[in-house]
Amino acid sequence: MSAAKRAIRDVYGDTLAQLGRENENIVALDADVGSSSKSIVFGKEFPNRYFNVGIAEANMVAMAAGLATAGKIPFANTFAAFMVLRAGDPVRSLIAYTKLNVKLAGTYAGLSDSYDGASHHAIADIAFMRSLPNMTVISISDPVEAELATRAAAEFKGPLYLRLSRAEVPVVLDKASYDFKIGKGVTLVDGADLTIVATGYMLIKALEAAELLSAKGIKARVVNIHTIKPIDRELLIACAKETGAIVTAEEHNVYGGLGSAVAEVLSTSCPVPIEFVGIEDVFAESGDYEKLLAKYGLSAANIVARAQKVLKRK
Amino acid sequence: MSLKPESKANLERLCAKFRQDLIKLLHGIQTGHPGGSLSSAEILTTLYFEKLNVDAKKPKDANRDRFVLGKGHAAPMLYMILAEKGFFPQDDLVTLRQLDSKLQGHPCALKTCGVELSTGPLGLGLSAGLGMAMAARLDGLDYRTIVLMGDGELQEGIVWEAAMSAAKFKADNLLVIVDNNGVQLDGTLQEIMPMGDIAAKWRAFGWHVIDIDGHRVDEISTAVDQAKTIKGQPTVIIAKTVKGKGVSFMEGQSAWHGKPISKDDYEQAMKELEVTL
Ligand SMILES: Cc1ncc(C[n+]2csc(CCOP(=O)(O)OP(=O)(O)O)c2C)c(N)n1
Ligand SMILES: [Mg+2]
Repeated sequence: MSAAKRAIRDVYGDTLAQLGRENENIVALDADVGSSSKSIVFGKEFPNRYFNVGIAEANMVAMAAGLATAGKIPFANTFAAFMVLRAGDPVRSLIAYTKLNVKLAGTYAGLSDSYDGASHHAIADIAFMRSLPNMTVISISDPVEAELATRAAAEFKGPLYLRLSRAEVPVVLDKASYDFKIGKGVTLVDGADLTIVATGYMLIKALEAAELLSAKGIKARVVNIHTIKPIDRELLIACAKETGAIVTAEEHNVYGGLGSAVAEVLSTSCPVPIEFVGIEDVFAESGDYEKLLAKYGLSAANIVARAQKVLKRK
Repeated sequence: MSLKPESKANLERLCAKFRQDLIKLLHGIQTGHPGGSLSSAEILTTLYFEKLNVDAKKPKDANRDRFVLGKGHAAPMLYMILAEKGFFPQDDLVTLRQLDSKLQGHPCALKTCGVELSTGPLGLGLSAGLGMAMAARLDGLDYRTIVLMGDGELQEGIVWEAAMSAAKFKADNLLVIVDNNGVQLDGTLQEIMPMGDIAAKWRAFGWHVIDIDGHRVDEISTAVDQAKTIKGQPTVIIAKTVKGKGVSFMEGQSAWHGKPISKDDYEQAMKELEVTL
């Protein structure tokens, strides 16, 4: 595990600008948070292809829809919370409904905008986006994945939600060997006792948890589900068959997110005991990011506890 | 009725103190929004110490005036004032934005005594304020509802939905104050989304408009009184302000919207603010 850290939003901003250099059809929009989302990097280099609409998220996303109808590849940027809550209607009624080629980049997802408090946290975005027909949902774990996923999003045709974080995150994936394919989960650690299925920053906690479990003689498999929709059914079913127990881990409400998606697949195809690590249907609060994650159970320690619990139910 | 000289002096003294306390606090916690907090100092202080009928001993009194901080990110300045008014102990201030605090990054009505409405996501305050104003009418109460908004906040479409509703319902018990500092998050309004003639926009939506200097407590006081005399339509006070007011290097700078205050900047800011106290 490399110790190098980078902010996910910085990698995203740099990659978006690089994509802009490669493809002049790529355009970007923001709603007065360009210095936070880092879409500003693209905006500085391509002022003519950058539309900062001010504090008007619904307007921004509906405008992105219009750009897409004429063959542009718009990346619309705002906080994940506002992408869903303010722009939810154009996301559904224009973009998902008619399969427009718009990339919705929701930054500051989960609790990553920690100090701003529950009003700015996004813990329902996966649930909303995943419930829209035609929507592809990708959640980013580390800086390497941030780059690869942003690239893949630009190449992908159709509505796509990219879930990004404000946080500085250690590089845990090996860029040279990591194979990022939309819709394909990735097994990072092998193990036969149970599978930890994680997404986003919780992947890093899952890797830590696997080490802690290993010290206790429990061999946990760790799977990264970066594409929450369409979810990698085959991989999940294989994990259920081979390890017989699952723990899901996500920085999202336990209602409607990754855990729900995994349970939907396994309950109908290969029922095994599942434990869910996520926010337990409460509004969190302001505070230091890591302290907040720990308080709300989004920690390696809690994954370990749930792993031990799920093993008893096996 | 114009402000008495001793009241004016008192408000100005309070503003100077709140500015210092705010910079100290935000430096200490290395998070929070200095720019928009500083630009609202005189507006908030004048409202709470001269105009609003609110009492920390009776925070749920049915006929209290309702204040809504539409621009929720100015919470630190609101908290300074609520603490001074006795809504919670001064000692709570240092817990701002920390785990287990009553004082959230943006106002939370469940956690903080004196906060009427949870805000933070911009643009929702005015509609909710109109609801409060209509409830007063239904209950035959004469309390006022006052909503403080950012000028960038005016870009949210829902603001204008609320504006036309308030005019339709002749909400003369509703007052909006716009903190017209000309700056939003990514830059100036001129750069990001020019709002043109803000006063003309409100007038076109059926509002009575009063223009003032938002750093002059006497003008704020007079305008708030004057608004009360306007019947049959809602009033908006457009208060010309400076974002980051009082700290030279923060003034007019969008970079200081939400930047942590370094040690050097803190010392410089305190030096400048000491002169005004
Ligand atoms: C709906 C929504 N979109 C974006 C933001 C992020 N944001 C917080 S403050 C701000 C700028 C506000 O500018 P303005 O209203 O002019 O406030 P002020 O200058 O008084 O600080 C933005 C974009 C938000 N809080 N809510
Ligand atoms: Mg402003």
